[in-house]
Amino acid sequence: MSSDKIIQVTDADFDEKVLKNELPVLVDFWAAWCGPCRAIAPVIDQLAEEYEGKVTIAKMNVDENPATPGKLGIRAIPTLILFKNGGVVEQITGAVGKTVIDNALGKVS
Amino acid sequence: MIHDLVIIGGGPAGLAAAIYAGRADLEGFILEKMSPGGQVLITDIVENYPGFPDGITGFELVEKLSEHAKKFGFGVENGEVEAIEQAGENLNIILADERVITTRNVIIATGATHRRLGVKGEERLTGRGVSYCATCDGPFFRDQRVAVVGGGDSAVQEAVFLSRFASKVYLIHRRDELRAVKVLQERAFSNEKIEFIWDSVVEEIEGQDQVKSVRVRNVKTGEVTHLPLDGVFIFIGIEPATNFVRDLIETDEQGFIKTDEWMRTSLKGVYAAGDCRLKPLLQIVTAVAEGATAAFAVEQEMA
Repeated sequence: MSSDKIIQVTDADFDEKVLKNELPVLVDFWAAWCGPCRAIAPVIDQLAEEYEGKVTIAKMNVDENPATPGKLGIRAIPTLILFKNGGVVEQITGAVGKTVIDNALGKVS
Repeated sequence: MIHDLVIIGGGPAGLAAAIYAGRADLEGFILEKMSPGGQVLITDIVENYPGFPDGITGFELVEKLSEHAKKFGFGVENGEVEAIEQAGENLNIILADERVITTRNVIIATGATHRRLGVKGEERLTGRGVSYCATCDGPFFRDQRVAVVGGGDSAVQEAVFLSRFASKVYLIHRRDELRAVKVLQERAFSNEKIEFIWDSVVEEIEGQDQVKSVRVRNVKTGEVTHLPLDGVFIFIGIEPATNFVRDLIETDEQGFIKTDEWMRTSLKGVYAAGDCRLKPLLQIVTAVAEGATAAFAVEQEMA
């Protein structure tokens, strides 16, 4: 059960929802098979509440949407990528605590 | 408010401690920075936890442990611990968001994280072919060549797991025999996709944006080769997650916390359980036993 502030992104709407978004977007690339993805889910939920209106928090299921992670060279999950104006600002690999993500988001909000 | 007990970490040790603390009617909670589970969450199948002869997935075991702890009223709160300080008879737990929690007792059950090789290219290529979690990242290496570094239970189990996806799995080990338990060794030896590279160490992970090869040196002959690869999975042991208490309580050189048989550390009111503790066998079965013992010790102390 994830926060309703989180948007779901697919290969089809990645450009529109992430790259062309007016706000910075943090995308959580995840899959159901991945334990650490499950572990950080509550942290992502919390961030979505705290950064509402400042940073859009998004999730992409890499199992259902292989094209975008392929293009981005993602070979590990969870991977969090922070986009701003269509470019990558920061990439975080693996399960990390909230502080690390807060620091990254602090740069754009 | 001064709590009876705060358990730091929601892996098997912390959850077991919570079950015993809850049943003993101790007041308090688990502090967890993510969702409960810990390292078990990256385990595909747990085959050696007593009572599950057919094995149980890491996910399921964590769900059952969490549910069990919840049943006896010892909850989980979100928080990232930065430090513990003595405050008279009590202890102050300082969180990353600057909250301070005061408690009479603490059980440190923070577990451990994977150890890094410490070679050139490793950090740069993490997430770009270098991985520490086969169950997370294995599916990205379908029909590709990967190497596993290590020779213990995790390395061998994950090599077998990766053979489901990869076309070829090299197991690179610095000795000429495995440390893993026999049942896992036999499974690896009979797996046609797994090839063993003995007496060898990885000296560098090579590639620009993606792993392309590793430089391997045979420690007996000195011979150096470049092995073309798409992925490198590193399972060379763990590091205790105890940085935040190394100045507070006694640890060994690696940071594993020293305790007595009641799981008491060198500081009154502070206990340790699970993989963060100095002990001979790092397993779920020992972690839960220590969690239970630590909670019992707190109960006795407060009685």
